[in-house]
Amino acid sequence: MIKGYEVVIGLETHAELNTDSKIYCDCKNQFGLEVNSQVCPICMGMPGALPTLNENVVDYAIKMGHALNCNINRVCKQDRKNYFYPDLPKAYQISQAEVPLCENGYLDVMVDEEERRIGITRIHIEEDAGKLLHSDKFDGCSLVDLNRCGVPLIEIVSEPDMRSSAEAKAYLETLKSILQYLDICDCKMQEGSIRCDVNVSVHKPGEPMGTRSEMKNVNSFSAAVRGIDYEVNRQIEILENGGTIEQETRRWDDVKGVSVSMRSKEDAQDYRYFPEPDLLTIVVDQERVDKLKSEIPELPNAKILRYVKDWKLPQKEATFIAESVELAALFDSCLAKNKYPAKSYSVWILGDLVKYMNETGKKLSDTKINADNLTELVGLIESKTISNAGGKKIFAVILEEDKNVKKLVDDLGLAQVSDTAFLEKIADEVLAANEKSVADFKNGKTNALGFLVGQCMKASKGKANPGMMKEIISKKLDNI
Amino acid sequence: MLELFERNACELSDMLKNKEISSVELTQSVFSRIKAVDDKVNSYVTLNEEEALKEAQEIDRKRIKGEQLSDIAGIPIGIKDNISTKGLKTTCSSKMLNNYVPPFNATVINKLNDARAVITGKLNMDEFAMGSSTETSYFKPTCNPHALDRIPGGSSGGSAAAVAACEAVVSLGSDTGGSIRQPASYCGVVGLKPTYGAVSRFGLVAFASSLDQIGPIGKCVKDVAMVQSVINGHDKMDATSAYKDYSDLAANLTADVKGLKIGVPKEYFGEGIDNEVKTSVLNAVKELEKQGAVIKDISLPSTDYALSAYYIISSAEASSNLARFDGVRYGYRTENYDSLIDMYEKTRSEGFGDEVKRRIMLGTFVLSSGFYDAYYGKAKLLQKRISEEFNGAFSDIDVIAAPTVPTTAFKIGENINDPLKMYATDICTVTVNIAGLPAISVPCGTDSNKLPIGLQLIGNKFSEQKLLNTAYAYESISDGFIIPKL
Repeated sequence: MIKGYEVVIGLETHAELNTDSKIYCDCKNQFGLEVNSQVCPICMGMPGALPTLNENVVDYAIKMGHALNCNINRVCKQDRKNYFYPDLPKAYQISQAEVPLCENGYLDVMVDEEERRIGITRIHIEEDAGKLLHSDKFDGCSLVDLNRCGVPLIEIVSEPDMRSSAEAKAYLETLKSILQYLDICDCKMQEGSIRCDVNVSVHKPGEPMGTRSEMKNVNSFSAAVRGIDYEVNRQIEILENGGTIEQETRRWDDVKGVSVSMRSKEDAQDYRYFPEPDLLTIVVDQERVDKLKSEIPELPNAKILRYVKDWKLPQKEATFIAESVELAALFDSCLAKNKYPAKSYSVWILGDLVKYMNETGKKLSDTKINADNLTELVGLIESKTISNAGGKKIFAVILEEDKNVKKLVDDLGLAQVSDTAFLEKIADEVLAANEKSVADFKNGKTNALGFLVGQCMKASKGKANPGMMKEIISKKLDNI
Repeated sequence: MLELFERNACELSDMLKNKEISSVELTQSVFSRIKAVDDKVNSYVTLNEEEALKEAQEIDRKRIKGEQLSDIAGIPIGIKDNISTKGLKTTCSSKMLNNYVPPFNATVINKLNDARAVITGKLNMDEFAMGSSTETSYFKPTCNPHALDRIPGGSSGGSAAAVAACEAVVSLGSDTGGSIRQPASYCGVVGLKPTYGAVSRFGLVAFASSLDQIGPIGKCVKDVAMVQSVINGHDKMDATSAYKDYSDLAANLTADVKGLKIGVPKEYFGEGIDNEVKTSVLNAVKELEKQGAVIKDISLPSTDYALSAYYIISSAEASSNLARFDGVRYGYRTENYDSLIDMYEKTRSEGFGDEVKRRIMLGTFVLSSGFYDAYYGKAKLLQKRISEEFNGAFSDIDVIAAPTVPTTAFKIGENINDPLKMYATDICTVTVNIAGLPAISVPCGTDSNKLPIGLQLIGNKFSEQKLLNTAYAYESISDGFIIPKL
């Protein structure tokens, strides 16, 4: 609820599927190649060229349908959506109108420690369009790159079930992680592999739904949040000033942080959908549907629940790990060893590992960390063979080098010393050298203890067992 | 003694095999004929003489070396100008594609090339195959070789006229609502519209995708069978292409119709059908009866609605298929424009002829929100009904006999300003496309003006062999093709 208004949000999300070839021809489905190099008569819409369906696209879409708990329409058509634009060489987009491949599903997302169920209206398959290129160098012309024509897309349409931009963000992030788990989309926002259109309306509680506006050109999840917040405020302001909301399509300008009107309802295009006569009805047998279902891995939302319930991880940490396919895979194989508490792994994963990945831009697979060496490291700490600080030194090495953990303990001289006589000798030396701190402690400044223990650790070159060291120091201070 | 260009493909095939003639001689003969008569007939839009002679030389070399060659190797064939030929202009007889050179071959062209047929050139047609007289061609009207002041029919008017005028031994046309059979009938030649899906449409510039089908035109049934055997077959590039095994239609040709059940549907002999046409067609049926066929009167009651359904479905698909001609990537673009929309509007207004624009507007209308169900939706229901009626008929009979066209060829200019009258010439042929069936038109005599009349034989899906056999049986007891005096 914002300023006494309830917010209603529905999202239409386009995800480019990462099949090897395009949806209706054999051209490579790859981003970032030379302009107009990945094209053929079919995706360029040359006269007489005909589409043939890449069945992998159907499989990928059905997997997403299963992941979002949809009914799979085993018999469905493809339809033509007719409109003129220079990036659309056939002047129609092959899509699905009446009967989508998947429909009537839902997605459960966690928002502020609470589970929210978002309805999924439909998922259909369609082809992407090309891209217009504008530049002063083109002498007043615009050029068109058709490499993206025929890149397979799924459009995922949600019910208007979201009530805040935070919910929309959680929905989008969960969708993204599912796409990654299914390995059907690269999910590179900067390459436009996920894009969304946002439908927003506001109304007073108890009153009927407000008129919605549709916002296009939303190219990141954070832009979706900004766009929704802007649109909600814009609509409330209009209503508060006695105005009415027009049904219209708006364009989000993320740089300026405003949405601008593209066209009103009266100017809405009539796409003249009709069944694509060049393609056969899609017929998928039950066996194929079932097989695709069996190929779906445990999905991130289920993982989060398991981490929280079975492994006592806080939701935030569970979510962070679960939403990354590779981190979750590492975490799960560590847990599968069933040796040490989940927490003793998650601190490394969420701490030093993620920090390293963020700093270097590397993926987990680019590092040398695996469940075996991480478990060995955790084991050495749990058994107090090495200190936590020593563990960090080893971790820094095994991030980049394929080295034996036990050998590193020796090589780096990190084995903790638990020999009481040795530790007492250090304690005596440190206490003698820090009379002021001892006096402070005696005067009630208890944090002097930490300083003294730290000095001991330093004197031992980090090898002293910090627990024992602390115990010895405390005992000696009491006796002074 | 007949000139080489006057002979049938099946005879020429044997002569080539027996080395009585060379491919070069035959090709030269056909091109000399083209040069002699095409300024009267106007069949061709583009000639392929240099390439054709090169190909003929290559074939002769291969034959001398003793290489195994197909039955149609060395046979000069003309191609309707809506079938894509790599490196050879494919205009669809439209200003829009006046200078369009395809970067790829239609599947049928690849098949003809593999079989070493010799492509003579590209044949005139109604613009984008929309028309029944070849008068909507942007370039010129084609004339009927049997009466030069008359139309050859359409849309494959150039394909039928070229064969009738002996400017090509055989040709390829395309048939969306009768565009092979109707001109074949008017020009006194044989034209086969194959089952939908029997011949790949890849590379055929689409008019109405769900109805279009490429097929052969020849002077005799066997020629048509020979070409059909080369061009048919599954193509992975065309999703609507059927998975079927096709036998050699020409080798299996027999003139035996004993016990064949022929249905005569009363709806195809009613109002609007010229008496001379009716008489000739019914006489042909009687001749088949004498050969042992069993004749049955049948009824296909939805026939009357077929024309409306056809024009709705075909125009709807055409409005979408022709949208790609927008001046952005290839083909005609207007010279002066001040915005993208202005460029689109001017390009399409200037690039398309009246008939094409009429159908685009009609098709756009019937697909529009609020009208879809009343027009397109209903037409699709009718399509289902018409198919069911044919299915019912074919449970009891083998072949349906009917006129191909209600009348013989009309005068150039006679109907061009009356679209409805022009559309009505398709009344006997459109049902076949709507139901996806095969049908053939064979000459069955002439009217009092010596204008050819065609007998149309319609079969169940993939019954091409049966249709060709029936047509062959009739042909063997009739005059068949008559060489026009030019």
